[in-house]
Amino acid sequence: MDIENIQNDYLARVEAAADIESLDAIRVDAIGKKGEISLLLKTLGKMTPEERNVQGPIINGARTMIADVIAARKEALETAALNARLASERLDMSLPAPQRHSGSVHPVSQVMDELTEIFADLGFAVAQGPEVEDDWRNFTALNIPETHPARAMHDTFYFPDKDAQEREMLLRTHTSPVQIRTMMDVAKRTDGKGEPIRIIAPGRTYRSDSDATHTPMFHQVEGLVIDKAIHMGHLKWTLETFVRAFFERDDIELRLRPSYFPFTEPSAEVDVGFSVEKGKRIIGGDRQGKEGGENGGWMEILGSGMVNPKVIENCGLDPNEWQGFAFGCGIDRLAMLKYGMDDLRAFFDGDLRWARHYGFDAHDVPTLSGGLSGKGAAA
Amino acid sequence: MKFTLSWLKEHLDTDASLTEITEKLTDIGLELEGIENPADAMRPFTVAKIISAQQHPNADKLRLLSVDDGSGDQWQVVCGAPNAAEGLVGVFAPPGTYVPGADFTIKATKIRDVESVGMMCSEKELEISDEHDGIIALPDDAPIGMSYADYAQLDDPVIDVSVTPNKQDCMGVRGIARDLAASGIGTLKPLGEVTANILSNTVRVEPVETRNAQDPSTSSGRTGTIITDLEGLDIRNIPRNGNGPDVRSEDSDGCPAFYATTVKGVKNLPSPAWMQQRLRAIGQNPISALVDITNYVMLDHGRPLHVYDMAKLNGNLVARKANAGEEVLALNGKTYALDDSMTVIADDDGAHDIGGIMGGEKTGAGDDTVDVLIECAYFTPESIAKTGQKLMLTSDARQRFERGVDPAFLADGLDIATALVLDICGGQASEMTKAGTAPDEVRTINYNPNHCSTLGGINVDSNDQVQILNALGFGVDQASDIWSITIPTWRRDVVGSADIVEEIIRIKGLDKIAPVALPKSVTVAAATATPLQVLERKLRRTAAASGLNETINWSFISEKEAALFGGDWVLANPISEDLKVMRTSLLPGLLSATKRNIGRGASSVRLFEIGRRYFKAKDGSSDEKLTLGIVLSGDKMPRDWQSGKSSNFNPYDAKSAAQTILSAAGVDVSRLMVMDEAGSHYHPGQSATLRLGPKNILAAFGALHPTAQKAFGIKGDVMAAEIYLDNIPLPKSRATMRSSYAPPSLQSVKRDFAFLLDETIEAGKIINAIRGADKANITDARIFDRFAGEGVPDGKISLAVEVTLQPRDASFNDEDLAAISDKIIASAGKFGAELRG
Repeated sequence: MDIENIQNDYLARVEAAADIESLDAIRVDAIGKKGEISLLLKTLGKMTPEERNVQGPIINGARTMIADVIAARKEALETAALNARLASERLDMSLPAPQRHSGSVHPVSQVMDELTEIFADLGFAVAQGPEVEDDWRNFTALNIPETHPARAMHDTFYFPDKDAQEREMLLRTHTSPVQIRTMMDVAKRTDGKGEPIRIIAPGRTYRSDSDATHTPMFHQVEGLVIDKAIHMGHLKWTLETFVRAFFERDDIELRLRPSYFPFTEPSAEVDVGFSVEKGKRIIGGDRQGKEGGENGGWMEILGSGMVNPKVIENCGLDPNEWQGFAFGCGIDRLAMLKYGMDDLRAFFDGDLRWARHYGFDAHDVPTLSGGLSGKGAAA
Repeated sequence: MKFTLSWLKEHLDTDASLTEITEKLTDIGLELEGIENPADAMRPFTVAKIISAQQHPNADKLRLLSVDDGSGDQWQVVCGAPNAAEGLVGVFAPPGTYVPGADFTIKATKIRDVESVGMMCSEKELEISDEHDGIIALPDDAPIGMSYADYAQLDDPVIDVSVTPNKQDCMGVRGIARDLAASGIGTLKPLGEVTANILSNTVRVEPVETRNAQDPSTSSGRTGTIITDLEGLDIRNIPRNGNGPDVRSEDSDGCPAFYATTVKGVKNLPSPAWMQQRLRAIGQNPISALVDITNYVMLDHGRPLHVYDMAKLNGNLVARKANAGEEVLALNGKTYALDDSMTVIADDDGAHDIGGIMGGEKTGAGDDTVDVLIECAYFTPESIAKTGQKLMLTSDARQRFERGVDPAFLADGLDIATALVLDICGGQASEMTKAGTAPDEVRTINYNPNHCSTLGGINVDSNDQVQILNALGFGVDQASDIWSITIPTWRRDVVGSADIVEEIIRIKGLDKIAPVALPKSVTVAAATATPLQVLERKLRRTAAASGLNETINWSFISEKEAALFGGDWVLANPISEDLKVMRTSLLPGLLSATKRNIGRGASSVRLFEIGRRYFKAKDGSSDEKLTLGIVLSGDKMPRDWQSGKSSNFNPYDAKSAAQTILSAAGVDVSRLMVMDEAGSHYHPGQSATLRLGPKNILAAFGALHPTAQKAFGIKGDVMAAEIYLDNIPLPKSRATMRSSYAPPSLQSVKRDFAFLLDETIEAGKIINAIRGADKANITDARIFDRFAGEGVPDGKISLAVEVTLQPRDASFNDEDLAAISDKIIASAGKFGAELRG
């Protein structure tokens, strides 16, 4: 048989090989140690140089060709085998994966963090005080005399207990006693000389009141600035800056109305302009009704004023030297207005469905660079 | 405080519109609460005449009326009123009219088969009075077709403003008028002119004989004519006869001044229509002329008064402290037991009147009253407030006295009331008795006009300041740079320069304040939160990131819950029994929320709260401890297609939760001691504390005690943990530098050991022993199998431990490994653990 026929015969067998094993058998038959082609190669040694020059390239060419074809066929067979395996390993990827439980941060906590951020930028430290307070810090020092209506049993939760100074103990009705504690601390530390103060004091407060819009426990944030030349213009600027930063829009108008709080003089209630969009009250805008129904207008959001000189004096500082402003604001209400919750009672119910809907992801930490609510800059 | 526009204009001469007035009220600190015009509801009602009245064919008591309402048409009305006779002029309402007193809208209908279109109305149906026996009968000359609202002059808007506690002067219409005048909205009319005007309004209803006998100038006895001698009366020159009543005050603290006048021979009929209308418009029920007059003067001038029927008194009236336990039957029909701090007005029979708060039922004026004593006293605000609070009794008089009425307005107030009584009820006035002195001394304060801008933030011209202050009744002496300001007697609240600033800027308008930026803080890099606040913020987000949902629960719990969890502070006046004791654990609130969630169908509950626990410190002050509480209940993993079943939380999940929080707080959890005494609300065998040293408990965790679980009505197992944030050591240094570190160059080696040990030996002890066996080389030891049963003797367990060894300078050789291994076996052996063969 001439070499060409041998070669063609092997090529046909390689072509027909169904698996790696039969392919390997063909390789052994052809180019294995004792393969047909290998044996032919060995005959080259006995040939004359002339014959070898002719037969050498032919036999070697056949060997190379067969080896290449076998390699190519092997690769094809391996690919087919892998594909078959992969096809057999197919999973239904629409089946659910194990779920990572995601928790949530309460909107009140989120808003407290937002407030802390806003006021940190203005240089306000965060101050705290006890919730079980004495009546001197909660009332008397704040220039709320014993006969003031706010002291009535009706509003204030009292304990039968008295402290070592025979002061009546109660649940603080506002965060304002933190003003007293802060100013007294400063007076003590500076020996009555005083120093500038800028604080906010967020926290729980209590009043004996329970209906659709009042809960016996709620949250307030107090602000206090004491310095030498602080006036109501600074108060107005601070509140404007705070409200605009908090609600994340610049078109918010503020209206100060004269009012009365025993611990400030002059006192002002602060209204914020709102508009109505899609049936909801939106803080800011042109204060016009947009939906044909309710009109925009003014909404009261906080109380404020210049700290009453008597309060400064009660804390051991000289009211002729130090003056400043204070304000107080309901945190729960701020959260409701910003994020559109309408039921205060749900804040304190612990309903998981509510928490998942209105709560915040753990990693949504309010930052000034990201926009407090994490929306980033406007496009 | 309510008043009508016409009432305001009695004191205020103004062309301003209603809107201008109401907006200005809010601007100057008298916040508008509402405006209502009673005429609005009365517009469809018209004055109409009954042209004919015939018997209804099918009903004895009904009549068929033909009514002319001036529209040109005549209406057929079926009417049952006994006085519905031909010729009567009354008030007609056509179909479609809403009738406020009956709360329905009239429709054309058939009554006993006869068509009835519209209705003739009673006073009750128009909410004029409770009179419903017949339909309204107007004078015959009432103009047919006129709107009843116009006829009855109801078109007088009612304005409601909220008066802050410092503005005692605005508890009367005149004070409000004064504020408005100061703000440029009009001119305040002189008091004499106002009084004269009111008196000239008044039409005597009937002649009064005693008065006629003594005062011939009014002897004509004209019915329904103006009493001319009182027209334009100077209230300081009231005709008087006889000594004033013998009244006195024995309680100079509670009632330093007691003024009184008697008027004898009065006739206490209903008060004049104009007065009734004003009272009714602001929601007061007219009672009788004498009572209405005192109410009117109170509302007009903020000056409460009281009238006594002299026939019902025994002896002289005296203001004194009540005897302890003394009772008064007040005008509201209730009896109040008083204590000896309270002031009463009494006669020889005893106390009649809770001084300055409410008059007594026994001695008040009635229809048959002939001789009256009018009381005008000054009660001390603090005393009134205390008495009112103790008795839980509020009244218009209390509201005014506790804010402080004008101490210089006793005589004037009494004169105005006396003049009105003489005018309306007739009679003869006595001299005025003035017992005691009200604290009406004139006060002055120093004021630097620059304070207006340095405190109030508005630069107001000196002349403007003076003008505003004068208009409000303040005197200004500008002799030096520092002004001397005289404070009007009706402004008890004004005590310092800041108050003067407030008066000026509120009248000027707070909208004039220009915002001024706060000076930039000097310290740029200072943190504004304390280390504990920073920790709280971080742990809140750690908890949320680990799958827990944050809740905020009441700080107070029920006594029943407190019995399980403890409580130092118990409210004297809780809003409900469920919210009574300040919590000393966060778990009750979390457990209640868990119960509610399970009730709503939640299958897996993972809640946390960060809040305070409330303890009592030794000095009686509050010791509040910041704590993070966690509750896990229901499915840890829900049923799913891979495992085919759900798994529940177990106590180690609670431990894991606590450790996750503590790790985030920077605590090396592996170094904590695991000890008992988690608390009696935990399962005693499935709970523990994590401690940093024997006394510093950082956390408690475990399965809830079945008793506690039952108390909260939760069916499935509940795991809980509390992490005591204030026990976690906070970083002492603010340095940012870390200790230096280079990863080891050699690979670590792991070796496994299996021990047999008594099942009573805590695995944690073995692990701690192994970790400590060779600290230079052993970096970790962890349990990967725990087994009891086949192949393990009874009472023993098999514990498999993987130990990580870290070579430092050179790799371990066989001798090194053997030596370490011996140390490990020996350390475990101290607890009786034997290496398994």
